[in-house]
Amino acid sequence: MIHEITTTPAQKDGVLIQIEHLTKVYQLGEVDVHALRGVSVNVLRGEFVAIMGASGSGKSTFMNILGCLDKPSKGNYFLEGIDVSKLTRDELAAIRNLKIGFVFQGFNLLSRTSALENVELPLFYCSISNKLRKSKGMAALDRVGLGDRVHHYPNQLSGGQQQRVAIARALVNDPSIILADEPTGNLDSRTSVEVMGIFQELNNNGITVILVTHEPDVAQFAKRHIVFRDGKIKSDKFNLSPKVASEVLKELPMIDEEEAA
Amino acid sequence: MKILNILLSAFRALLRNKMRSFLTMLGIIIGVGAVITMLAIGQGAEFSVKQQIAALGTNVLMVFPGAQQQAGVRTAAGSAVTLTEDDALAIIRECPAVRYLSPGSNAGGQVIAGNLNWSTGIQGVGSDYLEIRQWPVEYGEFFTDQDVKAAAKVCVLGRTVADNLFPETSAVDQTVRIRNVPFKVVGVLTKKGQNTNGQDQDDLIIAPYTTVIRRLTHWPNLRSIIMSATSMNDMTTAQKQVSEVLRMRHKIQPYDADDFTVRNQTDLAATATATTDVLTILLASIASVSLLVGGIGIMNIMLVSVTERTREIGIRMSIGARSRDILTQFLIEALVLSLLGGITGIILGTVGSSVISSIAKWPTIITPFSVVLSFGFSIAIGIFFGFYPARKAAMLNPIDALRYE
Repeated sequence: MIHEITTTPAQKDGVLIQIEHLTKVYQLGEVDVHALRGVSVNVLRGEFVAIMGASGSGKSTFMNILGCLDKPSKGNYFLEGIDVSKLTRDELAAIRNLKIGFVFQGFNLLSRTSALENVELPLFYCSISNKLRKSKGMAALDRVGLGDRVHHYPNQLSGGQQQRVAIARALVNDPSIILADEPTGNLDSRTSVEVMGIFQELNNNGITVILVTHEPDVAQFAKRHIVFRDGKIKSDKFNLSPKVASEVLKELPMIDEEEAA
Repeated sequence: MKILNILLSAFRALLRNKMRSFLTMLGIIIGVGAVITMLAIGQGAEFSVKQQIAALGTNVLMVFPGAQQQAGVRTAAGSAVTLTEDDALAIIRECPAVRYLSPGSNAGGQVIAGNLNWSTGIQGVGSDYLEIRQWPVEYGEFFTDQDVKAAAKVCVLGRTVADNLFPETSAVDQTVRIRNVPFKVVGVLTKKGQNTNGQDQDDLIIAPYTTVIRRLTHWPNLRSIIMSATSMNDMTTAQKQVSEVLRMRHKIQPYDADDFTVRNQTDLAATATATTDVLTILLASIASVSLLVGGIGIMNIMLVSVTERTREIGIRMSIGARSRDILTQFLIEALVLSLLGGITGIILGTVGSSVISSIAKWPTIITPFSVVLSFGFSIAIGIFFGFYPARKAAMLNPIDALRYE
């Protein structure tokens, strides 16, 4: 499933995200905390980027701004050519709804709500018929291999399955980017690789994936590594030989934890 | 988000905390139930008062001699004029707004029939009296104008008197002796029951006023004149006309006060309903306090719910919910709580009032007005007390909400 491309000048050369001199200052009481001190970066359509850095390096702040959850103090952020820093609260909500899919470390699923309903949730906030919503939800769950668990509640699913539901939710509205914030932080190593496998598969199908992690192992699956330090980009390199999750999985010993759960 | 979907998700959210939702609703249920019951009691009281007053005839006017009520205070020469038969005749002749008129004189005494006796009041009235009071005769007939003119010794018995003097036989055509004067019973009145003061309205004997004056009281003036206006709307006109005629006949100077009193039943009815209105308002206000407390309960629970579900709000916002989506969601939840509570309260109040009716024998009336009022009130409470928590939720910053532990 490849995202439909509508042409704007920025998209012609495939630039999805264009960030210029981004700064973010928090005020904690009397003290100003400079979370980001002038970050400029471009991300092209179809990239698989890992954002790395120690805690406090500004990578989470960067991620929140990328996800339109937070606004920069200064600088410009163009998403598909749209200057996001000038949008209102409601316009940002629409961008999050239609262009961005989030995957969180803690899964962030609604409890006591079935997998399907969780996946359908973003569709509730855009006008779409109930029938189409349901079929889109089912399709997204199928895509992450959970077509047989649609009516399970999150507490009936293993961590890996929950994260897959979250990925399905991120996918359901055919977003331009998937933003994953430490998506494997709460998972064991085998499940982590499985989840990374899903991201790789989505990326191979043309979806841009940006993921925040502090684990070099996880970052190895990405095609580009951006390392943050003290609110600035310390390094920005292409990973010319990313690991392939499906191959790594074959080498890992089978642990049937997920099926047991 | 479509309204049906919001409603569904509101129901689902409320069902997740069944006990809590129920207890929150209970506040509204009790509040609305209390308001409905209290209004029903108040309106029941009002209705029965109105009904009893209507039983007297709603377009009835009564004139009483004024000096009677101010005895000893103002009895200067010339002011001792009281109501006479001529006054009564003048009123019916000169007041077009008066339809029926009956002069009144009364006496009391022991009534004897055969070997039974009974102490009761004897009302002397004109032949139109029953028209004014709208009081039909059950057996026999009423005496005629002829009887009145001739001061015939005929009478009509109230039901209570008839039952006591003639327990086994028909009273019609029998003779009763009032203060040793024999009266022929020509009719028995239908049962009227108690009046607003709890007096038995059927414990009386009605006779021509001429007969009562000549045979029983031996006092020529009238105790009262009772009359009916041509219609409800003509009450004030009739009252004015009667006053004018009487003031002229009694030669009262413009600056002097009336020496008579004109009273009308609607005044009486207004006073009585005003009293029951106060009662209704008082009862309903007390009950509304509990409704208010119920509303505060909703606000409390919604605030707790917003805090508890901060993360949920964050998740919803991160996947594209706008502020107004969140606002609507929580507002609808509060509204569902208050509406369900309101509907249950209306049912409870209805059941409650009929229970009170049957146990305490109080009349209760549930009007559409009180149902609509309580229903509207519960909607208003849901919106009013739900808005603040809902707004609080909607104004949350997406990241703060997501990070909330």
